[in-house]
Formats: sequence, structure tokens, C-alpha cells
Amino acid sequence: MVKMNGSQILLECLKREGTTTVFGYPGGAVLPLYDAIPEFPEIHHVLVRHEQSAAHMADGFARATGEVGVCLATSGPGATNLVTGIATSFLDSTPMVAITGNVARTLLGKDGFQEADSTGITQPITKHNYLVMRAEDIAMTVREAFHIASSGRPGPVHIDIPKDVLQEEVEFIWPEKINLRGYKPNTKGHTGMIRRAAEAISTAKKPLIISGHGIKWGNAQAELVALAEKANIPVITTFLGIGGFPETHQLSYGWLGMHGMYHANMAADEADVVIGIGMRFDDRAMGRFSDFNPDATIVHIDIDPAEIGKNLPTAIPVVGDVKQVLPEITEIIPTGDNKPWLSWIEKVAEEHPSLEVRETRRLIPQYIIRSLYEETNGQATITTGVGQHQMWAGQHYFYNDPRQLISSGGLGTMGFELPAAIGAQIAKPDAEIWAICGDAGFQMTLQELAVCIDERAPVKIAIMNNAYLGMVRQWQELFYDDNYVSVAVTQPDFSKIAEAYGIKAIKVETKADVLPAIAEAREFDGPVLIDFHVDQEENVWPMVPAGAALRETIEIPEKELIR
Amino acid sequence: MSMNGNSPAQHIVVAIVEDKPGVLQRVAGLFRRRGFNIESLAVGHSESEGLSRITLVVDGASAPVEQVVKQLYKLIDVVKVSDLTDEAMVSRELVLMKIRCTGENRHEIIEIANLFRANIVDIATSSLILQITGDQEKIDALLDLCKPYGIRELTRTGTVSMVRGNRTTTVKEIESDEITKVHQSQGRRVSDSQELPFSSD
Repeated sequence: MVKMNGSQILLECLKREGTTTVFGYPGGAVLPLYDAIPEFPEIHHVLVRHEQSAAHMADGFARATGEVGVCLATSGPGATNLVTGIATSFLDSTPMVAITGNVARTLLGKDGFQEADSTGITQPITKHNYLVMRAEDIAMTVREAFHIASSGRPGPVHIDIPKDVLQEEVEFIWPEKINLRGYKPNTKGHTGMIRRAAEAISTAKKPLIISGHGIKWGNAQAELVALAEKANIPVITTFLGIGGFPETHQLSYGWLGMHGMYHANMAADEADVVIGIGMRFDDRAMGRFSDFNPDATIVHIDIDPAEIGKNLPTAIPVVGDVKQVLPEITEIIPTGDNKPWLSWIEKVAEEHPSLEVRETRRLIPQYIIRSLYEETNGQATITTGVGQHQMWAGQHYFYNDPRQLISSGGLGTMGFELPAAIGAQIAKPDAEIWAICGDAGFQMTLQELAVCIDERAPVKIAIMNNAYLGMVRQWQELFYDDNYVSVAVTQPDFSKIAEAYGIKAIKVETKADVLPAIAEAREFDGPVLIDFHVDQEENVWPMVPAGAALRETIEIPEKELIR
Repeated sequence: MSMNGNSPAQHIVVAIVEDKPGVLQRVAGLFRRRGFNIESLAVGHSESEGLSRITLVVDGASAPVEQVVKQLYKLIDVVKVSDLTDEAMVSRELVLMKIRCTGENRHEIIEIANLFRANIVDIATSSLILQITGDQEKIDALLDLCKPYGIRELTRTGTVSMVRGNRTTTVKEIESDEITKVHQSQGRRVSDSQELPFSSD
């Protein structure tokens, strides 16, 4: 019989679940746990500078590898600081286990020092959560948490453990099996529905695949490519689906939505059969739901049955794992060429180019990101924050791998980029990771620069510094009559901030300096921050105004072309 | 009113859930967040140890019931969900109401109660408590009749329902060997006899 305390059991279970890295921040309620960490050299603890970043790093780690990311915080403020990161993970379905301490059992509910109802708070933003009241329950809870987080549609699971449970000594029993009678994700698609889906695809004149984040979580890029190639079906993706289908593939037609490509939006509006794969018909992608291509037959393949018919009426639902379902469809559909349909899309793309980087005197972010794409041969992993720079990073870098673009698409969390990049870098020490930041979002988590030094994480940071909350400013310009309110931000000298943390910094103010700066950053063995002073009022185009239909996509206006 | 005594927009949804702390909050939180309106909610133990049964009367106009059922299924602690609306079923609710009365009209009220097979469970100088069990239609009719006397206090348990006949909508006690094998092969199940050490009890 092996007696261990709750902390040792927790760490032993993490180890057995394959956890190598935990991103966390200590505090009173988790002191017993930190006390035990040195006993587990297999688990590397990364000390963050704010708990929100611990969750984002775990998230970045998970997105870069597909493994469960683990973060750790103390009770009360530690737990509430995790909340933004957990919600980010929830909306983008990333596998994460978040562990928090809480006050001792006798103090629960007594409003003790640093007590918060953590599970009450995280309940609507987690796939599941636990308040563990006995040390003997820790092992089963961790087993269940990892299973729930990583299976079906992945998501964050929160485990809250009172301090005295972490100290309690009990016998350690590793549960070999899990029994969750209320959780049995369906991975095998319904045969009849698969046949109907194949029939719809076979008889379609203008079929269109819209693939999403599910391709990444289902590891189904090869299966998606095989399906598209067999019947020559054009593929567009959602924003989070970027890279799920190789963007340099001849059947790739970019991504759709509010800032998607004009031709992708028009194709979605023109298709007669829309095949949604591992995506959820989100409002940012589909535009006004009531006007989304009302004539199209919608085939929806997803592992989460609740996504079927949630936003759009679905004619043919297939609930299952894309990796299993797609080959079954591919097998029964006949080959096809879809020539007229493909030339229709190509003609639209030719007449309405969305991705041309304009020749400008001024330094525009599109030019920087396209240069980065060319300099890195499209091989870098890119993380982004939220706003204009995020959209440009999606548009002007081309991704062939589903794990290459790491971005907060669902929740839209500013400040995600730097911690996510650090998490990804720790997961893949040899990968080239670029955090593309906005100047405003960067200031939300810039304290994590210290972690780049601690962990020797050679993250390259590119700030698109326009001294504005760019996307908000764009909306105020376009939809609020140029009434700029609280969008112009006083900037610190980012180079000096980087240098204060011991990080190499480069300031770039002209186009001529872009390529040398990127080259210098890539050559340097260590983290580098490049502060790009970009044109202040550049807008993101094309654009589907909020609440408009995809067919109402607006292209870059004449007056902005000539700058 | 439908054959079950509920208005057509109302759906009766039964959820079999793990009997664990916080389950009710998960269900209630889901309804609040997704904007599903609950007309009534009744919860209690089921026939199986460790499982509770929640009966929800849902306003179908507030959300497609299919979505309600699917979202409920997403909760890990929810084991089974059934929409009983189109089933032949028995639906009952228990109501206690304290009605103002005088020596003169007391008999009148008792007569109404008898007609509805309601019971007088308490009687005092200027009020009496009526207990009635029935479907919503019957209860609404009695309430209408009692209103003129003055209803001083009213409490309702919420509707509980069960399908008629030999069929049940609860969790199957015995699972076929084949299904068990599938679950075991995927590491999702322990054998039926094994007790679960649940985390949060």
C-alpha cells in the first residue's frame, strides 16, 4: 500500500497522463502542491507572471501539439485570473486541464481569505469541472478530466482542490478504467447519413467544403485533402480552420467570413451544396444567418451533435469524428472535375483580388506579414492577438499545417499572442514561432517577456504598432462617422521595455528596414522584439459589416487604394 | 391545450442525472445562458441509486426543444434526456393553496374542492388549505374558481411526468454485452458491478 498526500497523488497522476509541462503561479492554497513539485522531475513547472497567461500558455501548448495543456493557480484571485484563459480555450475547443487550489474544506463557503466559488465561476466556461473534496478522489478526477478534455469535442476541464485535501494522506490507487455513463462521444457517423451526404455531394453542381478547427483536433488533414481531391471540390476554411486544408493546394480558395476573401464569401453564397466539416457555422464566418445562401443544401459533419442546426437549418447532419467519417464519404463518391464551378470561383477571384499587397510608400502591416511569409518560406508557426493584425496574419501568411496558426478566434482575447507563443515554443523548442501582436493587446500580457528569458524561449515578437486600437478605430471610422473615442493610445517605447527584460529589440519605421529586421531576428539565437511603426489608419479589407450577408462583402474603397 | 393538459408550446423534458452536488446548478445555468425558459422544474431521486430525475417544463417558443435536449446531453452529469411531449404519458403536479374563507362560504369552497377531488388538509377560522393533484388544466380551472374567495398563499411542486405502458424513459438497468464490450475497448467503462468513487460527494 502506497500512502501519498493529495499533492503527490495529483502530480503522480499528471505524470501518468503524460504531462511534461505545467504553467502556473504559486499562492497560499497551492503551497502543498508546490512543495511536492521537486519530487517530480518529469514535470517542468513554468512560472508565469500572471495567471491569465498560464492558461494561454497551456492553450498555445495544446494547439501546437494536440496534447492536453495544463495550468495551475491558487485560490481566489489566482482562479479568477485564469478565467479569461479558460473561456478562450472553451470557445476554441482546446484540450486543457486547469487546476486551482481552494481554501481548506472547513473554510469553504465562509468567505475566508482568498476564497472564491471557483467551480461556480468556471461552470459555464468549461466542458466540465470538479470540486474535489477527498484526497482519494483526486486520481479518478484527474483521469476523468484528461479523458473529457481530450476526447469528443475537446475543451477545458477545471479541477478545484481545497488546501487540506492536497495535504491529506491516503492510499494511492491508479484507476485503470473510467466510467462516465453521461459521456460517450459518438465518433462513428451514421451510415445512412453518410450515404445521404455522399449522394448530395455527388449530385451537386457547385459543391463547396467549408472546413474548420475540427480538422486540427481530429488530425484529419489528409482525409480532408483526399475527399476534396477525389471529386475536385473547392475548399474554403473558417478563420480557425486556416491550415486545416493546405493553403497552397490548388483546391484551396482561402477563408470566408467578416474579413475573408471576397471570392470565398461569394462561393459560399453561390454553392448548391455546402459541406461544413468540423466547424460550427459561427456568425463571424457566415454573416447574417437568415441570408446565408438560402438555396444551398447544408451537409454538416461535426462531432458535437449540439452544433447541428444550432445556427442554420441542416439538411444532412453527420455526427462523428471527421477522421472516421471523411474516408467513408470519399470511398463512395464518384470522381468529378467541377470545372465550370472552379472557373467561376477563379474568375471572381481574378476580378476581385483580396490578397494583393498594395505598392505603398508607407509601411503597411500587410507588407510586413507577406514579407515574413516569404522570408520564413511559410514554415513558421504564427500566434496572434485579436484585431486588425490578426486578420492580416490570417490573410497574408499562407498556412499548410493545421497547427501553424494559433489564434483566439472564438472569444477574441487580446493579449493571447505572447503567452500562446511561449507555450507553443516550450512544446516545440525547435520550431520557429512568431507572435504577431497589436500594440494594444501586447500591453495586456507583456509581463510574460520575463518568461521568454526564464525559459530561453526564442519567440520572435512582431508588433504592428499603429498607436491605435486598430480594429475599434476602423469600426468607428466606418460605422460611427469617424468619431474616434478612446482608441488613440499613448505608447511606451517597446524597444526599451524589451531591453529592460533583457530581450533584443529592433525598431522599424520604413519599408526598407523590414527585410533586414526579419533576417536579423531570425538569425539571433533568442527572443527578439520588433516594433514595426506602421501606417496608422490602414483598414482591413474585404469586410462584411456586422449583421450583413456574405454577398454584401465590401472591397477596399477607391480612396484607400491610392495611398 | 394538448391531450396532456399542457399548452402546445410547452414541452416536458425529463433528464436523468448523476446525483452529485452542483448538478442542478449546471442544468439551471445552461437554461439561463442559452435563454431557454423554464415553466417549472421538479427534481428528486429516481428508481436507481445515484441517479436523480429532473422534470422540466420548457417553453418551446423560447428555443427549439431539440437544442434544449442536445445541450442538456452535453453536460457530463446528464445521463439521459427524453422529450415526453408527444408521448402518451401521465403528468401530475401537487398544489397547496391557502384560501380565505368565512363561516358562510366555507361550505361552498368545500363543495368546489370535492368536485375537483381536492383535499382540505388544514382548516382555521378564516382560511383553509386545499391540496390538489392533477395536470395543469385541472389545476388552472380550480385556481380560477378559487380566485374570487382570495388565494392568500400558493405553492406548486412543478409537473412530474411518466410515459404510460410498459416502456420506460429511464436509464436501462441492463446493458447488452455488445455495448459493454465497445465501451470497454475504448476505455470508457468499468464492469457493472464496480462502484464508482466519485469525486465530489
